[in-house]
Amino acid sequence: MPVHNNNVGAFTRKGSNVQKLPGLKAVKAASKKKDEEEGVDPGDVLDEWSHGKALLKPADQLELTDAELKEEITRILTANNPHAPQNIVRYSFKERSYKLTSVVDQMAVHFMLEGSLLHQDSDEALRLRAKDSLSEETTTVDTGAEPDEDKPETPAIPVEDGGEVEEAGVEDRPDSVTSKTDKKEPKLTNQFNFSERASQTLNNPLRERSCQTEPPPRSNFSATANQWEIYDAYVYELQKQEKNKEKQKAVQSKKDNDKGKKKNMMMETQVDDITKVGNSARIFERMVNQNTFDDIAQDFKYFEDASDEFRDQEGTLLTLWKFQYEKAKRLSVTALCWNKKYQDMFAVGMGSYDFSKQGRGMVVFYSLKNSAFPEYIYPTNSGVLCLDIHEQHSYLVAVGFYDGCVAVYNLKEEGLEPAYKSTAKTGKHTDPVWQVHWQNDDMDNNHNFCSVSSDGRIVSWTLVKNELVFTDIITLSLNGAVSEEPEGAQQPSTACGTSFDFHKQIDYLFLVGTEEGKIYKCSKTYSSQFLETYDAHSMAVDTVKWNHFHPKVFISCSSDWTVKIWDHTINTPMFTFDLNAAVGDVAWSPYSSTVFAAITTDGTVHVFDLNINKYEAVCEQQVVSKKKTKLTHIEFNPIYPIIIVGNDRGYVTSFKLSPNLRKKPKAKKGQELPKGPEVEIAKMEKLLSLLREPEPSTL
Amino acid sequence: LIVFLSCCSAEVEETLKRIQSQQGVQGIIIVNSEGIPIKTTLDNSSTVQYAGLIHQLVMKARSTVRDIDPQNDLTFLRVRSKKNEIMIAPDKDYFLIVIQNPSD
Repeated sequence: MPVHNNNVGAFTRKGSNVQKLPGLKAVKAASKKKDEEEGVDPGDVLDEWSHGKALLKPADQLELTDAELKEEITRILTANNPHAPQNIVRYSFKERSYKLTSVVDQMAVHFMLEGSLLHQDSDEALRLRAKDSLSEETTTVDTGAEPDEDKPETPAIPVEDGGEVEEAGVEDRPDSVTSKTDKKEPKLTNQFNFSERASQTLNNPLRERSCQTEPPPRSNFSATANQWEIYDAYVYELQKQEKNKEKQKAVQSKKDNDKGKKKNMMMETQVDDITKVGNSARIFERMVNQNTFDDIAQDFKYFEDASDEFRDQEGTLLTLWKFQYEKAKRLSVTALCWNKKYQDMFAVGMGSYDFSKQGRGMVVFYSLKNSAFPEYIYPTNSGVLCLDIHEQHSYLVAVGFYDGCVAVYNLKEEGLEPAYKSTAKTGKHTDPVWQVHWQNDDMDNNHNFCSVSSDGRIVSWTLVKNELVFTDIITLSLNGAVSEEPEGAQQPSTACGTSFDFHKQIDYLFLVGTEEGKIYKCSKTYSSQFLETYDAHSMAVDTVKWNHFHPKVFISCSSDWTVKIWDHTINTPMFTFDLNAAVGDVAWSPYSSTVFAAITTDGTVHVFDLNINKYEAVCEQQVVSKKKTKLTHIEFNPIYPIIIVGNDRGYVTSFKLSPNLRKKPKAKKGQELPKGPEVEIAKMEKLLSLLREPEPSTL
Repeated sequence: LIVFLSCCSAEVEETLKRIQSQQGVQGIIIVNSEGIPIKTTLDNSSTVQYAGLIHQLVMKARSTVRDIDPQNDLTFLRVRSKKNEIMIAPDKDYFLIVIQNPSD
């Protein structure tokens, strides 16, 4: 505000000076100022104040009335240029007509002044300077005079013009002075009183604005790469590649099979799942059984009856597992056979010996590892009378039925039907088949087995592809020479075979036991006649078996209560044992040539060791109650010291033979006992020689 | 196909039933590969507990066996304890767990 006042003051003073208005007041006002500065006496001042209210009017001022004075005159400033033409018409080439242009330049220039300031480094400035320097040389006197004129001038201006200009002047001056003094060049001039003013507008405050995109979904994944995981990955990859190869091949070959394949795949995968659990479930069953029958398992493995030592020669049987199957309870055990490959497994044929009650039968397979439930079950329509497991191919099981059929079951195949079965067309027996026995493979490597039946035929069956081809080996006749008898001359010309056994070493040699009680030694190669006839028993021969070691010895048993041991070269028995009951079955032990076991229908197991006692059994033990149950079959395990005994109530019991029953000859003076079949043969031979010796003498 | 499968699964069912009927068998649990029980003869809470814990144990055991030889694999696991025996058959897709008290 003081600046403003000063200006006004300056204006008035100037005005008074320049305009030279007539009138005391102006003079007095000026003098008054001077008075104030000079400190003049107050009386004069008072006087001047009293006259101060008079209005001063210019002479040529219009006289206006009050109304006119109060009238409001509105002036509006517009941006339009009043002088701009409103009606400019131009030819439009586009529309081919004259058009009124609406856009008129509204800008009017009232004053224009081009600046004369030059930057001292610019080209023009240099040129000017060059020009000036030329003139300077000519007029040196002038340059010296000029600064003198200027200097007094510049300070004068601020005094007269007031603060604002003064400031500008101050700013200017050093600049101009320095330029002049330093370079001593002619001034390039600012002819005008130039002042620069700068101001800065307020800076807009910075604003920050940001936004964030939605973060992409994240998930944590962690895994450990074990060696086996890496291995698995590789295996998986390999399988994949192989599959791809196969697929490509398949596509190339045919597309027709696709549907079938898919089905197969489906089946494979699904079946896989189920059978996997099935397998482990089976194993669990065994484990659970092992736990429940732990004591029996321990007995089986480790228990040796210590009391045998005090019993001298006699031994005992220790009952182990009992095998039974609910659905086979009413059937009797008609056949037993150990699996030679898996020695814990055996097959049981179920049927009936009561010929008025024939019906269905069953083949079941048990394992010592699971006594509670059979491993395999094959129900049959006719009663089973015999069976045999192939020695090398233990999955093949030959079965003979009461109705005369023979069949072969393949344990590897699914389903309950036999893989092969004889029919009436393919030479089935007309009477019950009493025994079947696998033979060595023939020349063409076909599996084959033999069967014997009450119809007197001994038939060899060969498994060819999916057929069972039969060949009659021999037809048993009562007289021994079949061919020479005229047909129909004798009605019951054939003998009824009830059992047979093939020689262990001599392939063609075999024995046949008959219902009539005779035993025939036959050869596969001579179908016309018997090599020997033994008048063995007075009743049907139930079993006839070659010794496992001695090639000449065989054993037979019959319902006539006797068990007889034979040398096949001699047609009288070497030993005869009367067991006081019908003997159902007899079996040689696989570990000694002199040990055999027989069972009688009164429920007793008799174990003999001829080496120890030639007259009496070393063990006679009743294993079932006498009245209710009959024992039907007995079988030694090929390696373990146990026997299995079947009875007519459908269950099989296993027994462990006590040490006395499998006694080895005592070693003499720490000498190592030789082992092997030769020893066993010698042992038997020794016994036989004892018996033979007196014979020649008597003869 | 269906008949065959059903007979197969029926066979398994029967086997399981027989196991359950055996002396001292306290329970059977079938657990899938994620450790979720599919079939059980125990009550709910103990099933879940067994399944969860045994799954971990089996994984660890299998890992151990396979770490030693990647071509090897764990086939069975029997845990004998004071009170009972836990038998585990770890398959690819299912675990079969049987708990038996052998002294019963």
